[in-house]
Amino acid sequence: MATETMAAEKRAKRPIRWHVGVFLAPAVLVYTAFMILPLFGTLQLSLFRNIEQSQVFVGLGNFRTLFGDPNWSVNFWNALRNNLWFFIIHMLVQNPIGILLAALLSSPRLRFTAFYRTAIFVPTILSFVIVGFAWKLILSPIWGVAPHLMDLVGLKSFFTPWLGKEQYALTALSLVSVWQFVGIPMMLIYAALLSIPDEVIEAAECDGITGLAQFWKIKLPLILPSIGIISILTFVGNFNAFDLIYTAQGALAGPNYSTDILGTFLYRAFFGFQLQVGDPNMGAAIATIMFLIILAGVCVYLFLVQTRLRRYQF
Amino acid sequence: MSTATRSLPRTIGAHAILITYTVIALFPVILVVMNSFKSRAGIFGAPLTPPTTKTFDLIGYTTVFGQGDFFHYFQNSLVVTVASLFFVLLFGAMAAFALSEYRFRGNTLMGLYLALGIMIPIRLGTVAILQLMVASGLVNTLTALILVYTAQGLPLAIFILSEFMKQVSNDLKNAGRIDGLSEYTIFFRLVLPLVRPAMATVAVFTMIPIWNDLWFPLILAPSEETKTVTLGAQLFLGQFVTNWNAILAALSLAILPVLILYVIFSRQLIRGITSGAVK
Repeated sequence: MATETMAAEKRAKRPIRWHVGVFLAPAVLVYTAFMILPLFGTLQLSLFRNIEQSQVFVGLGNFRTLFGDPNWSVNFWNALRNNLWFFIIHMLVQNPIGILLAALLSSPRLRFTAFYRTAIFVPTILSFVIVGFAWKLILSPIWGVAPHLMDLVGLKSFFTPWLGKEQYALTALSLVSVWQFVGIPMMLIYAALLSIPDEVIEAAECDGITGLAQFWKIKLPLILPSIGIISILTFVGNFNAFDLIYTAQGALAGPNYSTDILGTFLYRAFFGFQLQVGDPNMGAAIATIMFLIILAGVCVYLFLVQTRLRRYQF
Repeated sequence: MSTATRSLPRTIGAHAILITYTVIALFPVILVVMNSFKSRAGIFGAPLTPPTTKTFDLIGYTTVFGQGDFFHYFQNSLVVTVASLFFVLLFGAMAAFALSEYRFRGNTLMGLYLALGIMIPIRLGTVAILQLMVASGLVNTLTALILVYTAQGLPLAIFILSEFMKQVSNDLKNAGRIDGLSEYTIFFRLVLPLVRPAMATVAVFTMIPIWNDLWFPLILAPSEETKTVTLGAQLFLGQFVTNWNAILAALSLAILPVLILYVIFSRQLIRGITSGAVK
Protein backbone atom coordinates (compact mmCIF):
# COMPACT_ATOMS: atom_id res chain seq x y z
CA MET A 1 0.00 0.00 0.00
CA ALA A 2 2.73 2.46 1.00
CA THR A 3 4.84 1.75 -2.06
CA GLU A 4 1.76 2.06 -4.22
CA THR A 5 0.93 5.55 -3.02
CA MET A 6 4.54 6.60 -3.35
CA ALA A 7 4.61 5.32 -6.89
CA ALA A 8 1.38 7.11 -7.59
CA GLU A 9 2.84 10.31 -6.26
CA LYS A 10 5.97 9.98 -8.38
CA ARG A 11 3.86 9.43 -11.44
CA ALA A 12 1.64 12.33 -10.54
CA LYS A 13 4.52 14.73 -10.16
CA ARG A 14 5.48 14.73 -13.81
CA PRO A 15 2.38 15.85 -15.71
CA ILE A 16 0.61 19.01 -14.56
CA ARG A 17 -2.57 17.93 -12.84
CA TRP A 18 -5.03 20.24 -14.50
CA HIS A 19 -8.00 18.66 -12.77
CA VAL A 20 -6.85 19.98 -9.37
CA GLY A 21 -7.04 23.47 -10.79
CA VAL A 22 -10.39 22.81 -12.43
CA PHE A 23 -11.83 21.53 -9.15
CA LEU A 24 -10.55 24.50 -7.17
CA ALA A 25 -11.03 27.31 -9.66
CA PRO A 26 -14.78 28.11 -9.43
CA ALA A 27 -14.89 28.22 -5.63
CA VAL A 28 -11.64 30.18 -5.33
CA LEU A 29 -12.70 32.66 -8.02
CA VAL A 30 -16.16 33.42 -6.63
CA TYR A 31 -14.86 33.52 -3.06
CA THR A 32 -11.97 35.79 -3.95
CA ALA A 33 -13.97 38.11 -6.18
CA PHE A 34 -16.98 38.61 -3.90
CA MET A 35 -15.55 38.13 -0.45
CA ILE A 36 -11.82 38.66 -0.09
CA LEU A 37 -11.31 41.45 -2.62
CA PRO A 38 -14.31 43.49 -1.41
CA LEU A 39 -13.09 43.05 2.14
CA PHE A 40 -9.71 44.48 1.26
CA GLY A 41 -11.36 47.03 -1.01
CA THR A 42 -13.35 48.23 1.98
CA LEU A 43 -10.27 48.44 4.17
CA GLN A 44 -8.59 50.46 1.43
CA LEU A 45 -11.60 52.77 0.94
CA SER A 46 -11.47 53.68 4.60
CA LEU A 47 -8.16 55.46 3.93
CA PHE A 48 -9.63 57.72 1.25
CA ARG A 49 -12.07 60.59 1.22
CA ASN A 50 -14.22 61.96 -1.55
CA ILE A 51 -13.12 65.54 -2.09
CA GLU A 52 -14.56 67.36 -5.10
CA GLN A 53 -15.61 64.20 -6.93
CA SER A 54 -12.27 62.44 -6.61
CA GLN A 55 -10.91 60.02 -4.08
CA VAL A 56 -8.06 61.53 -2.11
CA PHE A 57 -5.81 59.57 0.18
CA VAL A 58 -6.19 60.85 3.73
CA GLY A 59 -4.38 58.17 5.69
CA LEU A 60 -6.09 57.64 9.01
CA GLY A 61 -8.09 60.86 8.64
CA ASN A 62 -11.44 59.09 8.55
CA PHE A 63 -10.64 57.30 11.77
CA ARG A 64 -9.60 60.57 13.37
CA THR A 65 -13.03 61.94 12.37
CA LEU A 66 -14.74 58.84 13.69
CA PHE A 67 -13.03 58.98 17.09
CA GLY A 68 -12.63 62.72 17.47
CA ASP A 69 -15.27 64.70 15.57
CA PRO A 70 -18.29 65.04 17.91
CA ASN A 71 -20.67 64.58 14.95
CA TRP A 72 -19.40 61.06 14.59
CA SER A 73 -17.66 60.07 17.78
CA VAL A 74 -20.69 60.46 20.04
CA ASN A 75 -22.63 58.02 17.89
CA PHE A 76 -19.67 55.74 17.41
CA TRP A 77 -18.84 55.29 21.09
CA ASN A 78 -22.54 54.94 21.84
CA ALA A 79 -22.86 52.18 19.23
CA LEU A 80 -19.74 50.43 20.49
CA ARG A 81 -20.93 50.59 24.10
CA ASN A 82 -24.35 49.28 23.13
CA ASN A 83 -22.79 46.50 21.09
CA LEU A 84 -20.69 45.48 24.06
CA TRP A 85 -23.77 45.35 26.29
CA PHE A 86 -25.55 43.34 23.58
CA PHE A 87 -22.68 40.84 23.66
CA ILE A 88 -22.51 40.71 27.46
CA ILE A 89 -26.23 39.87 27.70
CA HIS A 90 -25.77 37.07 25.17
CA MET A 91 -22.84 35.64 27.09
CA LEU A 92 -24.60 35.88 30.45
CA VAL A 93 -28.06 34.73 29.41
CA GLN A 94 -27.99 32.87 26.09
CA ASN A 95 -25.02 30.61 26.69
CA PRO A 96 -25.85 29.50 30.25
CA ILE A 97 -29.46 28.76 29.22
CA GLY A 98 -28.14 26.87 26.19
CA ILE A 99 -25.82 24.81 28.39
CA LEU A 100 -28.58 24.11 30.92
CA LEU A 101 -30.99 22.94 28.22
CA ALA A 102 -28.31 20.80 26.59
CA ALA A 103 -27.41 19.21 29.93
CA LEU A 104 -31.06 18.36 30.57
CA LEU A 105 -31.56 17.01 27.04
CA SER A 106 -28.56 14.76 27.30
CA SER A 107 -29.65 13.14 30.54
CA PRO A 108 -29.95 9.42 29.88
CA ARG A 109 -33.28 7.86 28.96
CA LEU A 110 -35.19 11.11 29.08
CA ARG A 111 -38.25 10.92 26.84
CA PHE A 112 -39.39 13.34 24.14
CA THR A 113 -35.90 14.78 23.70
CA ALA A 114 -36.35 14.88 19.91
CA PHE A 115 -39.49 16.95 20.34
CA TYR A 116 -37.89 19.42 22.78
CA ARG A 117 -34.83 19.77 20.56
CA THR A 118 -36.90 20.49 17.47
CA ALA A 119 -39.24 22.91 19.23
CA ILE A 120 -36.56 24.93 21.00
CA PHE A 121 -34.66 25.33 17.73
CA VAL A 122 -37.68 26.77 15.87
CA PRO A 123 -36.98 30.47 16.64
CA THR A 124 -33.46 30.13 15.25
CA ILE A 125 -34.70 29.30 11.77
CA LEU A 126 -37.12 32.23 11.61
CA SER A 127 -36.08 35.42 9.89
CA PHE A 128 -35.25 38.53 11.90
CA VAL A 129 -38.15 40.31 10.28
CA ILE A 130 -40.59 37.84 11.78
CA VAL A 131 -38.89 37.74 15.16
CA GLY A 132 -38.47 41.50 15.42
CA PHE A 133 -42.02 42.26 14.45
CA ALA A 134 -43.68 39.48 16.41
CA TRP A 135 -41.96 40.63 19.61
CA LYS A 136 -42.74 44.22 18.84
CA LEU A 137 -46.40 43.27 18.73
CA ILE A 138 -46.22 41.15 21.87
CA LEU A 139 -44.46 43.84 23.90
CA SER A 140 -46.72 46.55 22.54
CA PRO A 141 -49.00 48.16 25.13
CA ILE A 142 -51.67 48.53 22.41
CA TRP A 143 -52.18 44.81 22.01
CA GLY A 144 -51.74 44.11 25.66
CA VAL A 145 -50.48 40.53 25.47
CA ALA A 146 -47.44 41.17 27.65
CA PRO A 147 -49.29 43.10 30.41
CA HIS A 148 -52.06 40.48 30.31
CA LEU A 149 -49.57 37.65 30.79
CA MET A 150 -47.78 39.51 33.56
CA ASP A 151 -51.11 40.06 35.24
CA LEU A 152 -51.57 36.29 35.42
CA VAL A 153 -48.47 35.98 37.61
CA GLY A 154 -49.23 39.15 39.54
CA LEU A 155 -46.48 41.28 38.05
CA LYS A 156 -48.60 43.68 36.06
CA SER A 157 -47.25 46.71 37.87
CA PHE A 158 -43.81 45.98 36.45
CA PHE A 159 -44.94 46.32 32.85
CA THR A 160 -43.71 49.27 30.84
CA PRO A 161 -43.41 49.61 27.07
CA TRP A 162 -39.82 48.38 27.16
CA LEU A 163 -39.02 48.92 23.52
CA GLY A 164 -40.07 52.55 23.80
CA LYS A 165 -37.96 53.44 26.83
CA GLU A 166 -34.34 54.44 26.42
CA GLN A 167 -33.09 52.64 29.49
CA TYR A 168 -34.75 49.30 28.67
CA ALA A 169 -34.96 49.05 24.89
CA LEU A 170 -31.50 47.64 24.24
CA THR A 171 -31.75 45.04 26.99
CA ALA A 172 -35.20 44.01 25.77
CA LEU A 173 -33.95 43.57 22.21
CA SER A 174 -30.89 41.66 23.42
CA LEU A 175 -33.20 39.27 25.23
CA VAL A 176 -35.30 38.86 22.09
CA SER A 177 -32.10 37.99 20.24
CA VAL A 178 -31.21 35.54 23.02
CA TRP A 179 -34.65 33.98 22.62
CA GLN A 180 -34.00 33.55 18.92
CA PHE A 181 -30.51 32.09 19.09
CA VAL A 182 -30.46 29.98 22.24
CA GLY A 183 -30.88 26.92 19.99
CA ILE A 184 -27.36 27.20 18.62
CA PRO A 185 -25.38 26.89 21.87
CA MET A 186 -27.89 24.27 22.98
CA MET A 187 -27.22 22.09 19.93
CA LEU A 188 -23.45 22.47 19.97
CA ILE A 189 -23.17 21.71 23.69
CA TYR A 190 -25.64 18.86 23.31
CA ALA A 191 -23.44 17.36 20.59
CA ALA A 192 -20.38 17.73 22.82
CA LEU A 193 -22.14 16.09 25.77
CA LEU A 194 -23.24 13.16 23.62
CA SER A 195 -19.69 12.57 22.48
CA ILE A 196 -18.44 11.99 26.04
CA PRO A 197 -17.87 8.24 26.18
CA ASP A 198 -19.95 6.17 28.59
CA GLU A 199 -16.82 4.73 30.22
CA VAL A 200 -15.87 8.13 31.57
CA ILE A 201 -19.31 8.63 33.07
CA GLU A 202 -19.39 5.11 34.45
CA ALA A 203 -15.94 5.55 36.00
CA ALA A 204 -17.20 8.72 37.67
CA GLU A 205 -20.19 6.84 39.02
CA CYS A 206 -17.98 4.10 40.41
CA ASP A 207 -16.15 6.84 42.30
CA GLY A 208 -19.49 8.06 43.62
CA ILE A 209 -19.63 11.25 41.57
CA THR A 210 -23.19 11.70 40.37
CA GLY A 211 -25.75 14.36 39.61
CA LEU A 212 -24.65 17.96 39.80
CA ALA A 213 -21.16 17.14 41.01
CA GLN A 214 -20.75 14.94 37.95
CA PHE A 215 -21.76 17.81 35.70
CA TRP A 216 -19.38 20.33 37.28
CA LYS A 217 -16.41 18.02 37.77
CA ILE A 218 -16.57 15.66 34.80
CA LYS A 219 -18.74 16.95 32.01
CA LEU A 220 -18.08 20.68 32.16
CA PRO A 221 -14.29 20.37 31.78
CA LEU A 222 -14.86 18.03 28.84
CA ILE A 223 -17.15 20.44 27.02
CA LEU A 224 -14.99 23.53 27.59
CA PRO A 225 -13.75 23.51 23.98
CA SER A 226 -17.35 23.69 22.77
CA ILE A 227 -18.05 26.54 25.17
CA GLY A 228 -15.07 28.29 23.58
CA ILE A 229 -16.61 27.77 20.15
CA ILE A 230 -20.03 29.08 21.12
CA SER A 231 -18.40 32.10 22.76
CA ILE A 232 -16.52 33.07 19.61
CA LEU A 233 -19.58 32.40 17.43
CA THR A 234 -21.62 34.65 19.72
CA PHE A 235 -18.93 37.32 19.57
CA VAL A 236 -18.72 37.34 15.77
CA GLY A 237 -22.50 37.21 15.41
CA ASN A 238 -23.10 40.05 17.87
CA PHE A 239 -20.54 42.46 16.48
CA ASN A 240 -21.96 41.87 13.02
CA ALA A 241 -25.64 42.11 14.01
CA PHE A 242 -27.96 44.51 12.25
CA ASP A 243 -31.20 42.92 11.13
CA LEU A 244 -33.04 42.60 14.44
CA ILE A 245 -32.44 46.21 15.49
CA TYR A 246 -33.30 47.45 12.01
CA THR A 247 -36.56 45.50 11.90
CA ALA A 248 -37.70 46.36 15.39
CA GLN A 249 -36.50 49.96 15.73
CA GLY A 250 -35.63 51.10 12.20
CA ALA A 251 -32.35 52.51 10.92
CA LEU A 252 -32.40 55.26 13.53
CA ALA A 253 -32.23 52.61 16.28
CA GLY A 254 -34.59 54.52 18.52
CA PRO A 255 -35.59 55.65 21.02
CA ASN A 256 -32.91 58.32 20.74
CA TYR A 257 -30.21 55.92 19.42
CA SER A 258 -30.41 53.84 22.58
CA THR A 259 -30.40 50.58 20.59
CA ASP A 260 -27.82 51.69 18.04
CA ILE A 261 -25.14 49.05 17.46
CA LEU A 262 -22.22 49.01 15.03
CA GLY A 263 -24.25 47.34 12.27
CA THR A 264 -27.01 49.98 12.25
CA PHE A 265 -24.43 52.75 12.63
CA LEU A 266 -22.59 51.39 9.58
CA TYR A 267 -25.83 51.29 7.62
CA ARG A 268 -26.68 54.91 8.44
CA ALA A 269 -23.17 56.16 7.72
CA PHE A 270 -23.03 54.29 4.43
CA PHE A 271 -26.52 55.09 3.13
CA GLY A 272 -27.35 58.26 4.95
CA PHE A 273 -30.62 58.91 6.71
CA GLN A 274 -33.00 61.81 6.87
CA LEU A 275 -30.87 64.89 6.04
CA GLN A 276 -27.43 63.38 6.23
CA VAL A 277 -25.98 62.14 2.94
CA GLY A 278 -24.46 58.67 2.84
CA ASP A 279 -20.69 58.51 2.93
CA PRO A 280 -19.09 55.30 1.59
CA ASN A 281 -15.69 56.20 2.96
CA MET A 282 -16.94 56.68 6.50
CA GLY A 283 -18.98 53.51 6.07
CA ALA A 284 -15.80 51.73 5.08
CA ALA A 285 -14.03 53.16 8.11
CA ILE A 286 -16.72 51.78 10.43
CA ALA A 287 -16.61 48.43 8.64
CA THR A 288 -12.84 48.42 9.14
CA ILE A 289 -13.26 48.97 12.88
CA MET A 290 -15.78 46.13 12.98
CA PHE A 291 -13.33 43.97 11.06
CA LEU A 292 -10.54 44.76 13.52
CA ILE A 293 -12.80 44.02 16.52
CA ILE A 294 -13.89 40.69 15.07
CA LEU A 295 -10.34 39.84 14.01
CA ALA A 296 -9.09 40.60 17.52
CA GLY A 297 -11.78 38.34 18.98
CA VAL A 298 -10.97 35.51 16.60
CA CYS A 299 -7.22 35.84 17.32
CA VAL A 300 -7.80 35.79 21.07
CA TYR A 301 -9.86 32.65 20.57
CA LEU A 302 -7.39 30.90 18.24
CA PHE A 303 -4.18 31.74 20.08
CA LEU A 304 -5.22 31.99 23.70
CA VAL A 305 -8.32 29.91 24.20
CA GLN A 306 -8.01 27.10 21.72
CA THR A 307 -4.37 26.27 22.35
CA ARG A 308 -5.07 25.92 26.08
CA LEU A 309 -8.25 23.95 25.70
CA ARG A 310 -6.95 20.95 23.84
CA ARG A 311 -9.78 18.81 22.63
CA TYR A 312 -9.99 15.51 24.39
CA GLN A 313 -9.44 12.77 21.88
CA PHE A 314 -11.32 9.63 22.67
CA MET B 1 -26.93 3.84 33.68
CA SER B 2 -27.27 3.24 37.35
CA THR B 3 -30.43 4.10 39.19
CA ALA B 4 -28.60 6.76 41.17
CA THR B 5 -28.91 9.21 38.30
CA ARG B 6 -32.51 8.42 37.52
CA SER B 7 -34.53 9.50 40.50
CA LEU B 8 -38.12 10.47 39.78
CA PRO B 9 -38.01 14.08 41.06
CA ARG B 10 -34.99 14.72 38.89
CA THR B 11 -36.80 13.50 35.78
CA ILE B 12 -39.87 15.56 36.59
CA GLY B 13 -37.70 18.59 37.18
CA ALA B 14 -35.95 18.13 33.85
CA HIS B 15 -39.25 17.83 32.03
CA ALA B 16 -40.65 20.87 33.82
CA ILE B 17 -37.73 23.06 32.75
CA LEU B 18 -37.75 21.76 29.19
CA ILE B 19 -41.51 22.18 28.81
CA THR B 20 -41.31 25.72 30.20
CA TYR B 21 -38.64 26.63 27.72
CA THR B 22 -40.47 24.94 24.85
CA VAL B 23 -43.51 27.07 25.67
CA ILE B 24 -41.35 30.22 25.69
CA ALA B 25 -39.84 29.23 22.35
CA LEU B 26 -43.12 28.43 20.62
CA PHE B 27 -45.49 30.92 22.26
CA PRO B 28 -44.79 33.95 20.01
CA VAL B 29 -45.04 31.84 16.86
CA ILE B 30 -48.31 30.23 17.90
CA LEU B 31 -49.71 33.57 19.07
CA VAL B 32 -49.02 35.22 15.72
CA VAL B 33 -50.37 32.37 13.59
CA MET B 34 -53.44 31.96 15.81
CA ASN B 35 -54.39 35.63 15.76
CA SER B 36 -53.87 35.95 12.01
CA PHE B 37 -57.13 33.99 11.59
CA LYS B 38 -59.17 36.40 13.71
CA SER B 39 -61.16 39.54 13.18
CA ARG B 40 -59.81 42.82 14.55
CA ALA B 41 -62.15 42.64 17.53
CA GLY B 42 -61.00 39.10 18.20
CA ILE B 43 -57.33 40.07 18.05
CA PHE B 44 -57.68 42.79 20.63
CA GLY B 45 -60.52 41.36 22.69
CA ALA B 46 -59.03 37.97 23.46
CA PRO B 47 -55.51 37.65 22.05
CA LEU B 48 -54.73 34.46 23.93
CA THR B 49 -57.68 32.32 22.81
CA PRO B 50 -57.74 30.35 19.56
CA PRO B 51 -60.12 31.65 16.87
CA THR B 52 -63.75 30.71 17.51
CA THR B 53 -66.56 30.74 14.98
CA LYS B 54 -67.36 34.24 16.20
CA THR B 55 -63.90 35.71 15.82
CA PHE B 56 -62.71 33.71 12.79
CA ASP B 57 -61.86 36.02 9.90
CA LEU B 58 -59.59 35.84 6.89
CA ILE B 59 -59.59 39.59 6.23
CA GLY B 60 -55.84 39.81 6.96
CA TYR B 61 -54.98 37.27 4.30
CA THR B 62 -57.19 38.89 1.67
CA THR B 63 -55.49 42.24 2.38
CA VAL B 64 -52.03 40.72 2.03
CA PHE B 65 -52.85 38.91 -1.21
CA GLY B 66 -54.59 42.01 -2.54
CA GLN B 67 -51.84 44.48 -1.68
CA GLY B 68 -48.36 43.07 -1.59
CA ASP B 69 -46.98 41.23 -4.55
CA PHE B 70 -46.03 38.37 -2.27
CA PHE B 71 -46.12 35.64 -4.84
CA HIS B 72 -43.54 37.50 -6.89
CA TYR B 73 -41.29 38.13 -3.86
CA PHE B 74 -41.60 34.50 -2.95
CA GLN B 75 -40.47 33.52 -6.42
CA ASN B 76 -37.44 35.82 -6.15
CA SER B 77 -36.46 34.31 -2.82
CA LEU B 78 -36.83 30.84 -4.23
CA VAL B 79 -34.69 31.59 -7.29
CA VAL B 80 -31.97 33.23 -5.21
CA THR B 81 -31.92 30.50 -2.58
CA VAL B 82 -32.00 27.55 -4.96
CA ALA B 83 -29.41 28.99 -7.34
CA SER B 84 -27.02 29.98 -4.54
CA LEU B 85 -27.49 26.60 -2.93
CA PHE B 86 -26.70 24.83 -6.20
CA PHE B 87 -23.48 26.77 -6.72
CA VAL B 88 -22.39 26.48 -3.10
CA LEU B 89 -22.86 22.71 -3.18
CA LEU B 90 -21.26 22.17 -6.60
CA PHE B 91 -18.28 24.52 -6.21
CA GLY B 92 -17.91 23.69 -2.54
CA ALA B 93 -17.83 19.94 -3.16
CA MET B 94 -15.35 20.34 -6.03
CA ALA B 95 -12.99 22.46 -3.94
CA ALA B 96 -13.39 20.18 -0.93
CA PHE B 97 -12.51 17.20 -3.14
CA ALA B 98 -9.41 18.94 -4.47
CA LEU B 99 -8.27 19.84 -0.95
CA SER B 100 -8.90 16.44 0.60
CA GLU B 101 -7.88 14.19 -2.30
CA TYR B 102 -4.77 15.70 -3.86
CA ARG B 103 -1.56 16.69 -2.24
CA PHE B 104 -0.15 19.74 -3.93
CA ARG B 105 2.02 22.64 -2.92
CA GLY B 106 0.03 25.19 -0.94
CA ASN B 107 -2.74 22.76 -0.03
CA THR B 108 -2.85 23.71 3.65
CA LEU B 109 -2.50 27.39 2.83
CA MET B 110 -5.38 27.18 0.36
CA GLY B 111 -7.48 25.43 3.01
CA LEU B 112 -6.77 28.20 5.52
CA TYR B 113 -7.47 30.87 2.92
CA LEU B 114 -10.86 29.36 2.16
CA ALA B 115 -11.62 28.90 5.86
CA LEU B 116 -11.07 32.61 6.56
CA GLY B 117 -14.62 33.35 5.52
CA ILE B 118 -16.09 31.15 8.26
CA MET B 119 -15.10 33.67 10.90
CA ILE B 120 -14.99 36.97 9.01
CA PRO B 121 -18.52 37.99 7.94
CA ILE B 122 -18.93 38.94 4.29
CA ARG B 123 -21.04 41.94 5.36
CA LEU B 124 -17.94 43.90 6.31
CA GLY B 125 -17.08 44.13 2.60
CA THR B 126 -20.46 45.58 1.70
CA VAL B 127 -19.18 49.02 0.69
CA ALA B 128 -16.83 47.55 -1.90
CA ILE B 129 -19.34 44.88 -2.97
CA LEU B 130 -21.87 47.60 -3.80
CA GLN B 131 -19.25 49.50 -5.80
CA LEU B 132 -18.36 46.32 -7.65
CA MET B 133 -21.99 45.62 -8.46
CA VAL B 134 -22.58 49.21 -9.60
CA ALA B 135 -19.50 49.01 -11.82
CA SER B 136 -20.61 45.73 -13.39
CA GLY B 137 -24.22 46.85 -13.75
CA LEU B 138 -25.53 44.09 -11.50
CA VAL B 139 -27.36 46.29 -8.99
CA ASN B 140 -31.00 45.30 -8.67
CA THR B 141 -30.49 41.92 -10.26
CA LEU B 142 -30.92 38.55 -8.62
CA THR B 143 -27.51 37.60 -10.07
CA ALA B 144 -25.83 40.00 -7.64
CA LEU B 145 -27.48 38.29 -4.68
CA ILE B 146 -26.69 34.82 -5.99
CA LEU B 147 -22.99 35.67 -6.43
CA VAL B 148 -22.69 37.19 -2.97
CA TYR B 149 -24.53 34.33 -1.27
CA THR B 150 -22.43 31.78 -3.13
CA ALA B 151 -19.28 33.45 -1.82
CA GLN B 152 -20.83 33.63 1.65
CA GLY B 153 -21.77 29.95 1.77
CA LEU B 154 -18.60 28.46 0.29
CA PRO B 155 -16.19 28.61 3.29
CA LEU B 156 -18.34 26.57 5.67
CA ALA B 157 -19.42 24.20 2.88
CA ILE B 158 -15.82 23.47 1.91
CA PHE B 159 -14.81 23.02 5.53
CA ILE B 160 -17.58 20.54 6.34
CA LEU B 161 -17.44 18.65 3.04
CA SER B 162 -13.68 18.14 3.09
CA GLU B 163 -14.01 16.58 6.56
CA PHE B 164 -16.44 14.09 5.09
CA MET B 165 -14.55 13.47 1.86
CA LYS B 166 -11.47 12.42 3.82
CA GLN B 167 -13.54 9.46 5.03
CA VAL B 168 -14.35 8.14 1.54
CA SER B 169 -12.38 4.96 0.99
CA ASN B 170 -9.17 5.33 -1.01
CA ASP B 171 -9.45 1.79 -2.35
CA LEU B 172 -12.68 2.69 -4.08
CA LYS B 173 -11.18 5.69 -5.81
CA ASN B 174 -8.03 3.78 -6.77
CA ALA B 175 -10.17 0.97 -8.16
CA GLY B 176 -11.86 3.54 -10.31
CA ARG B 177 -8.48 4.87 -11.48
CA ILE B 178 -7.32 1.37 -12.39
CA ASP B 179 -10.50 0.96 -14.42
CA GLY B 180 -9.47 4.06 -16.33
CA LEU B 181 -12.00 6.53 -14.99
CA SER B 182 -10.98 10.16 -15.24
CA GLU B 183 -10.64 12.22 -12.06
CA TYR B 184 -13.85 14.03 -13.00
CA THR B 185 -15.81 10.79 -13.32
CA ILE B 186 -14.40 9.59 -10.01
CA PHE B 187 -15.61 12.79 -8.35
CA PHE B 188 -19.07 12.94 -9.91
CA ARG B 189 -19.86 9.21 -10.07
CA LEU B 190 -18.09 7.73 -7.07
CA VAL B 191 -17.48 10.40 -4.44
CA LEU B 192 -20.48 12.72 -4.74
CA PRO B 193 -23.12 10.01 -4.18
CA LEU B 194 -21.22 8.85 -1.09
CA VAL B 195 -21.20 12.25 0.61
CA ARG B 196 -24.86 12.94 -0.09
CA PRO B 197 -25.82 13.03 3.63
CA ALA B 198 -23.13 15.64 4.26
CA MET B 199 -24.38 17.62 1.29
CA ALA B 200 -27.87 17.68 2.80
CA THR B 201 -26.46 19.04 6.05
CA VAL B 202 -24.53 21.74 4.24
CA ALA B 203 -27.65 22.55 2.21
CA VAL B 204 -29.68 23.25 5.33
CA PHE B 205 -26.92 25.33 6.91
CA THR B 206 -26.54 27.37 3.74
CA MET B 207 -30.22 27.78 2.99
CA ILE B 208 -31.52 29.31 6.23
CA PRO B 209 -29.29 32.41 6.35
CA ILE B 210 -29.84 33.08 2.65
CA TRP B 211 -33.60 32.84 2.85
CA ASN B 212 -33.71 35.03 5.96
CA ASP B 213 -31.15 37.64 4.94
CA LEU B 214 -32.30 41.25 4.97
CA TRP B 215 -29.00 43.13 4.57
CA PHE B 216 -28.00 42.27 1.01
CA PRO B 217 -31.48 42.46 -0.57
CA LEU B 218 -31.85 45.86 1.10
CA ILE B 219 -28.55 47.12 -0.29
CA LEU B 220 -28.01 45.28 -3.56
CA ALA B 221 -31.51 44.60 -4.88
CA PRO B 222 -34.20 46.80 -3.31
CA SER B 223 -36.16 47.34 -6.54
CA GLU B 224 -39.75 46.14 -6.83
CA GLU B 225 -38.69 43.57 -9.44
CA THR B 226 -36.04 41.90 -7.31
CA LYS B 227 -37.39 42.13 -3.77
CA THR B 228 -37.07 38.95 -1.76
CA VAL B 229 -39.79 37.80 0.57
CA THR B 230 -37.85 38.92 3.66
CA LEU B 231 -37.40 42.44 2.34
CA GLY B 232 -40.94 42.51 0.98
CA ALA B 233 -42.34 41.51 4.36
CA GLN B 234 -40.19 44.14 6.09
CA LEU B 235 -41.48 46.95 3.84
CA PHE B 236 -45.03 45.66 3.93
CA LEU B 237 -44.98 45.58 7.73
CA GLY B 238 -43.64 49.11 7.79
CA GLN B 239 -46.52 50.34 5.61
CA PHE B 240 -49.33 48.56 7.41
CA VAL B 241 -48.31 49.41 10.96
CA THR B 242 -51.89 49.96 12.03
CA ASN B 243 -53.53 47.14 10.08
CA TRP B 244 -53.03 44.35 12.56
CA ASN B 245 -54.93 41.76 10.57
CA ALA B 246 -52.67 42.28 7.58
CA ILE B 247 -49.50 42.29 9.67
CA LEU B 248 -50.32 39.07 11.47
CA ALA B 249 -51.32 37.40 8.20
CA ALA B 250 -48.11 38.53 6.50
CA LEU B 251 -46.03 37.27 9.42
CA SER B 252 -47.79 33.91 9.33
CA LEU B 253 -47.23 33.62 5.60
CA ALA B 254 -43.54 34.34 6.14
CA ILE B 255 -43.28 31.80 8.97
CA LEU B 256 -45.05 28.87 7.33
CA PRO B 257 -42.75 27.97 4.40
CA VAL B 258 -39.67 28.02 6.63
CA LEU B 259 -41.46 26.06 9.31
CA ILE B 260 -42.58 23.38 6.86
CA LEU B 261 -39.08 23.06 5.41
CA TYR B 262 -37.70 22.88 8.94
CA VAL B 263 -40.05 20.11 10.00
CA ILE B 264 -39.06 18.12 6.90
CA PHE B 265 -35.32 18.67 7.30
CA SER B 266 -34.96 18.97 11.06
CA ARG B 267 -33.56 15.45 11.43
CA GLN B 268 -30.95 16.24 8.82
CA LEU B 269 -30.10 19.55 10.44
CA ILE B 270 -29.82 18.16 13.93
CA ARG B 271 -27.86 15.14 12.75
CA GLY B 272 -25.56 17.53 10.93
CA ILE B 273 -24.90 19.63 14.00
CA THR B 274 -24.48 16.68 16.30
CA SER B 275 -22.30 14.58 14.00
CA GLY B 276 -19.27 16.77 14.42
CA ALA B 277 -20.09 19.13 11.60
CA VAL B 278 -18.68 21.86 13.78
CA LYS B 279 -15.57 20.45 15.34
